[in-house]
Amino acid sequence: MSAYSVTEPSRASKWLAGILVVAYAFITLLPLVWIISTGFKSGPDSISYPPKVIFDPSLEGYVNLFTTRTRIAAEDFAALPPPETWYDEVVREDGMVIAGPSRFGERFLNSVIIGFGSTFLSIVLGTLAAYAFSRFKVPLKDDLLFFILSTRMMPPIAVAIPIYLMYRELGLSDTHLGMILLYTGVNISLAVWLLKGFIDEIPREYEEAALIDGYTRFQAFRKVVLPQAATGIASTAIFCLIFAWNEYAFAVLLTSGNAQTAPPFIPTIIGVGGQDWPAVAAGATLFLLPVMIFTILLRKHLLRGITFGAVRK
Amino acid sequence: MAEVILSGLTKSFGATKALSDVSLTIPDGAFVVLLGPTGAGKTTTLRLIAGLDRPDAGDIRIGGHSVKAETPAQRDVAMVFQQYSLYPHLTVRDNLAFPLRSPMIAMPEDQIAKRVQEVAEVLRIPHKLDNKATALSGGEMQRVSIGRALVRQPRIYLMDEPLSSLDAKLRADLRIELKRIHAELGATFLYVTHDQIEAMTMATHVGVLDHGRLVQYGSPREIYENPVSAYVASRLGQPRINLLPADLFGPAPAGATQIGLRPEHIHVGEGAPATIRRVEHLGDQTRLHLTLGVHEIITLTNPHTPLKPGDSLHIRPQNPLWFDASGNRIQGPTP
Repeated sequence: MSAYSVTEPSRASKWLAGILVVAYAFITLLPLVWIISTGFKSGPDSISYPPKVIFDPSLEGYVNLFTTRTRIAAEDFAALPPPETWYDEVVREDGMVIAGPSRFGERFLNSVIIGFGSTFLSIVLGTLAAYAFSRFKVPLKDDLLFFILSTRMMPPIAVAIPIYLMYRELGLSDTHLGMILLYTGVNISLAVWLLKGFIDEIPREYEEAALIDGYTRFQAFRKVVLPQAATGIASTAIFCLIFAWNEYAFAVLLTSGNAQTAPPFIPTIIGVGGQDWPAVAAGATLFLLPVMIFTILLRKHLLRGITFGAVRK
Repeated sequence: MAEVILSGLTKSFGATKALSDVSLTIPDGAFVVLLGPTGAGKTTTLRLIAGLDRPDAGDIRIGGHSVKAETPAQRDVAMVFQQYSLYPHLTVRDNLAFPLRSPMIAMPEDQIAKRVQEVAEVLRIPHKLDNKATALSGGEMQRVSIGRALVRQPRIYLMDEPLSSLDAKLRADLRIELKRIHAELGATFLYVTHDQIEAMTMATHVGVLDHGRLVQYGSPREIYENPVSAYVASRLGQPRINLLPADLFGPAPAGATQIGLRPEHIHVGEGAPATIRRVEHLGDQTRLHLTLGVHEIITLTNPHTPLKPGDSLHIRPQNPLWFDASGNRIQGPTP
């Protein structure tokens, strides 16, 4: 065997690559570790300096996230019956009682409805449009595709004011439907372009064979094209969900009560005597979970998805 | 099974005329082979009959009525593509069952299982039924795609060079198998090939296409023995017909510019002197490459010939074919 090989990297470069990857992973994961650990700290621990790496874990942040609390007079506090639940107990340790649930639950649910709703709509419309662009003679096809792409050429927030006025007139402000439509509008260009690339790669012969085998165009699309486009659909869905899930600016501008999503809500969590960092961190941690789970569920498709077109099997 | 009639079929793709004014009757139960080089319009003809493309002009009648307005599914035809037609996300079994599960046929599952097993045995792939389609070799894939046509009993089987990617042994076996299916079921076939043996052994009719025109249509024998042009004559025959200047061996009929000599048209023993340049022993036959002046001629001789390169012999034409300046056949006497 020769000392140098074209296909096999040398030991040194393997080590170097390994070190770089581990270092990069450490840098990227550090904020996540910080957020997740802060969620389990007590109030004082969360702001202590130097930061505590080892601490007494507490669920205070999570309890605060889901509840509103009040401080009551000392004699009333002493007269209270013993706490009924573990979270009552956590709150009483701070000398407070639970006044009611917080709005985090419904904000989180709003995020789920709007995030997944707009992703679903973007994918359905995007797949159909991409299929049409890929397979049929569409008049002015190139111009239309460019037009669709051009909606992505400026930051969406640049049109915030017109959209705000439009939504107010149409009664779409602060509604789930309004937010779903808005995020779909932003995502659809990405969806059409990504999916068209995937569908272009599926040879037409498959559908033609299905047409001859006795299927209609739509059945051929459903039975032959969709299963083969699964990879593309999965990765496009992840991109769409990540945008809709994390979007902050429009959510601040267009929602306040009814349809407010979690991103504008989390920073407003205020504890008694200032910002309640453990509760904010707990909210952020829970907020990360759905996208993480969604991505893990689809990761099998994702790997080929993001490198699509690079290597043809 | 049904008679298929093409009349005045014309199709262009942009500026390229793929088919022009093709009329052809495929009788019920016939095995029609289309011959022609790449770009002659063979595949386009199949696609128009299948309904994958629409003709610019002309009509297609299957079983007595026009199918021009029908979808591919309604036409009830089966097609084997040259490549790429197995559904990669399905197993071999599901690929074979796919046409039978279509809304047009909707066969009960127990019958599908039986039918798939039968066809798999014919094609010798029963042990591969549960493999993913993508886990097969090229030859196996092509067998499955032929099988996907054979599970059905369509009005016509359209086959686009179905055996071209197979090895010689399998090709010979499947040739016999297709011929048997044709004979037993009385099925109608329209079959595209480059392979002369496939054309000669399977066809009841041969159609020769040239730049989108059907230049001759008849029995394989007729096409071979009585070609209308030098182009048609050079489609069939191994080794190919020798096309030489008309007056090479003496006077030619009026208007003839080319003489066409198939190997059996060359009589050895008298006539013009030729030199052997190369001797190819192919086992069942031996080819002689001759030079006559500046011209090269290929002919056949007996397998155990003692002739060797450098030897010379005398040859003369025997019942040759004559062609005019534009390649059309001239019926003329042997001078």
